[in-house]
Amino acid sequence: MWELDSWIQALGVTVVAAPALLLAVLGLLSLLGRLKSEQTVGRIVQVGVVIGLLASLALLGLMLATGRRQIEFGLGHWVSIPHYDFWIKFEFDRLNVPFALLTFILCGTISAFATRYMHRESGYVRFFVLFALFQLGMIVTSLACTIETLFAGWEMVGLSSALLVAFFQERPAPVRNGLRVWIVYRVSDAALLMASVVVHHLTGSGDFDNFLGRAAWPEGHGSLEGSSALLVGLLLLLAAAGKSALIPFCGWLPRAMEGPTPSSAVFYGALSVHLGAFLLLRVSPILDVSPPLCVVIVVLGLATALFASLAGRVQTDIKSALSFASLTQVGLIVAEIGLGFRYIALIHIIGHACLRTLQFVRAPTLLRDYNTIENAIGDRLPPGAVLLPRRFSDRVAAWFYRLALERGYFDAILTDWLVRPFVCIFQWCETLERRWTDFLTGGPARDLELPQSPTRTLDDLL
Amino acid sequence: MSDLHFPWLELSILIPMIGAVFVNRLRDPVQARTWSVVASGLTLMSAFAAWEDFGLLNAKEADDAWHLLSRIFGREVFVIDQLSAPLLPLTALLYTLTIFTTLRTKIRRFSFPWTLVSEAITLATLSCKLPWLVIALLAASTIPPFLELRARGRSTRVYALHMGLFVGLLVVGGAFVTTEGERVHSLLAVVPLLAAVCVRSGMFPFHCWMTDLFEKSTFGTAILTTVPIAGAYAAIRLVLPIAPGWVLQSIGVISLVTAVYAAGMALIQKEGRRFFCYLFLSHSALVLSGLEMVTSIGLTGALCVWLSMILSLGGFGLTLRALEARRGRLSLIDFQGLYPHTPTLAVCFALTGLASVGFPGTAGFVGGELLVDGAVETYPHFGIAVVIAAALNGIAVVQAYFRLFMGKIHVSTVDLSIGRRERIAVLTLIALLLLGGLYPQFIVESRHHAAEELLEQRAALGNGDAPSHEP
Repeated sequence: MWELDSWIQALGVTVVAAPALLLAVLGLLSLLGRLKSEQTVGRIVQVGVVIGLLASLALLGLMLATGRRQIEFGLGHWVSIPHYDFWIKFEFDRLNVPFALLTFILCGTISAFATRYMHRESGYVRFFVLFALFQLGMIVTSLACTIETLFAGWEMVGLSSALLVAFFQERPAPVRNGLRVWIVYRVSDAALLMASVVVHHLTGSGDFDNFLGRAAWPEGHGSLEGSSALLVGLLLLLAAAGKSALIPFCGWLPRAMEGPTPSSAVFYGALSVHLGAFLLLRVSPILDVSPPLCVVIVVLGLATALFASLAGRVQTDIKSALSFASLTQVGLIVAEIGLGFRYIALIHIIGHACLRTLQFVRAPTLLRDYNTIENAIGDRLPPGAVLLPRRFSDRVAAWFYRLALERGYFDAILTDWLVRPFVCIFQWCETLERRWTDFLTGGPARDLELPQSPTRTLDDLL
Repeated sequence: MSDLHFPWLELSILIPMIGAVFVNRLRDPVQARTWSVVASGLTLMSAFAAWEDFGLLNAKEADDAWHLLSRIFGREVFVIDQLSAPLLPLTALLYTLTIFTTLRTKIRRFSFPWTLVSEAITLATLSCKLPWLVIALLAASTIPPFLELRARGRSTRVYALHMGLFVGLLVVGGAFVTTEGERVHSLLAVVPLLAAVCVRSGMFPFHCWMTDLFEKSTFGTAILTTVPIAGAYAAIRLVLPIAPGWVLQSIGVISLVTAVYAAGMALIQKEGRRFFCYLFLSHSALVLSGLEMVTSIGLTGALCVWLSMILSLGGFGLTLRALEARRGRLSLIDFQGLYPHTPTLAVCFALTGLASVGFPGTAGFVGGELLVDGAVETYPHFGIAVVIAAALNGIAVVQAYFRLFMGKIHVSTVDLSIGRRERIAVLTLIALLLLGGLYPQFIVESRHHAAEELLEQRAALGNGDAPSHEP
């Protein structure tokens, strides 16, 4: 007869192994060209998601039945050499059980939706392979018990998101937008990696217990203090800002809507966009010991909410409007975290994710819904009510309108102040190198030149 | 010193040499390719057997069985140790796959005999620890690409100038080291050797020969000349044991600058080969920076990244080469939209490219983490350069993927799909990358042992402390 701990270990491993196996099976079969039938793909995905969901529900049941608030299970030392340990360790607690369940439920729902929505799309299999990568990334990130494991999941989510934004690959716009999303995600990844290294140096390992305390979430007490906590916290905030599209990285979110609707729904309406907030919740003991960090988080959250609310009002397509509505809520959630309302933020994430997923999957049929309603009532729908009385002059209102329409100029600022100087500097270096090799060769060094197209540089492609 | 059970090392050098002589006599290029594959395949088996045999001995270092060359030269010429054991089969694998995937359309341009000669020289270099022999072999390794450039009628000046400088600096440094004997060596001995390593590894500002080589030689030769990173081996055998820590760390900063610079340059490239060259330069600089950290973690990270680089950038290069064989020089200015024509090649491109930047689940992931850890420990202010370089390289890889495979509908009247040979080669590399990523302990542990041995050698020569062994 198995002991309780053995059951817990087996269920825990199943929760992580199910999405990993799903990815392995889909990836391998598609790479070998053996995955042709849509029906087979759909069934494999369903089985993978259902197994993971059932295992996490069983684990939740065990936690409730035994009154345990925190369960850790490890797959052992992945790498262990003197002075360096890489544990693969996962944890179930009050924060990540809801998040893992949310992931499985929404991924299951959306995959069922997508099997029909993506019917006869040329990239049907590719969609589900990337979807499986995303699901694995989400589960690894949400259950991670060390910062390195979290980082691994974080990168998987980023890659799958960028590739799904560029899913409709025969057009240049989705590909450009996918690249922009990827660039922001790489900045976010770099910040998280730096945070991981700093934590490793300060505490000797990346284990959450070491720097967030051993107590169950949210009662842990961070071992980092003062400037260390602020430094790590700011790096994590930068990582969260990139992932959750907070200011100044908010430009990528509406661009991400170029992807297929099912992936937009589950990524940018529900799960991926909340991952930054999840990270802040996960490291909330650090926030408790650093009031200045909390202030920065609250300000960033509120500013994002305010801006997104403004920008969302002038959008002319439903998916962009929904993305800004999403961002407004994410900003509020981040502010709640900064203010110390951990449970409220968690409930807000779950409620918002479910609502927004529903709205996204209904978005393609919105016009049809309106037509049905109007046909039923036999008249046009009444115009939307003005929520706030007009308090600004026309000039100020026009300024706000333009600001919202240009999405806060954040994209333009990042392009003009970061991308363009970067490209100019390296193009200048390229010119110098060319002159140097010409000089060494005693004539033109490059005997084969590609057709020059001065208007198409990196920033044009962005 | 322990002995292997068979002269595997000498065999793995002799087989390609004999193969080169035999293939050189063949007139039919298809036959030449077939026999080259056989010769390099046998070399691969021999190198792999040497690794396995060495593993069974559980020794720090082992000589070939029967001591054939030792009897002639009076000392051990070719030895295998923790550092070189996995490098030998991986390098042999890269040569085998490059020869194996050379398409019919390219077999007249790609010199199989010289490739086999180059393989023999590279494997001999990796099996050698005698300073002057290492110098001689490194000098000899510069000849086959030179001859190819000449045979193709391309300018050899940039390559010859840099390689001349490289060999000259090696000889000067080696002469000073020999003159100064066993005592702690002066900067007159260390600096020329270090500069030689910088030239061979393409550190800024000595990197132009590499871009020039990639543009003018065949892609296969360029890959084989650069990807095994002979400069890193020279650094380990010639410089690391004798250079003071502060000199190494100063050069380490230059390597970090090169890593970021090359990553930035990779991002703005408009042509496939140059893009690959800068991507390689950035990674090679990261490896060199790790070697120059002279800490256990940094060295282990660098050695891990070195191995994963041979697999990942080797595979990435072969994928680009396969694309180039179909489309000619690859433009990165416009979108090419090749995915629907060759989805497997696209997936291989993405996987090998992402593996090269240490994506989770691939062999480079843990090595990258160790490298970042070591860099931040050694260079608190410059360590972030590793993270920046990794981030930029990641962007460059995905950008190239998008431009080559997406963005438009490409109409082609010819079949562009991946061939059987290419599929086997790239899938082999991908399988090894994923295996190394899912079970990294074996490689990391072996690299850690190699790093500890290198640090012990340094300590024995009065440079730095011996590594501590407590957990």
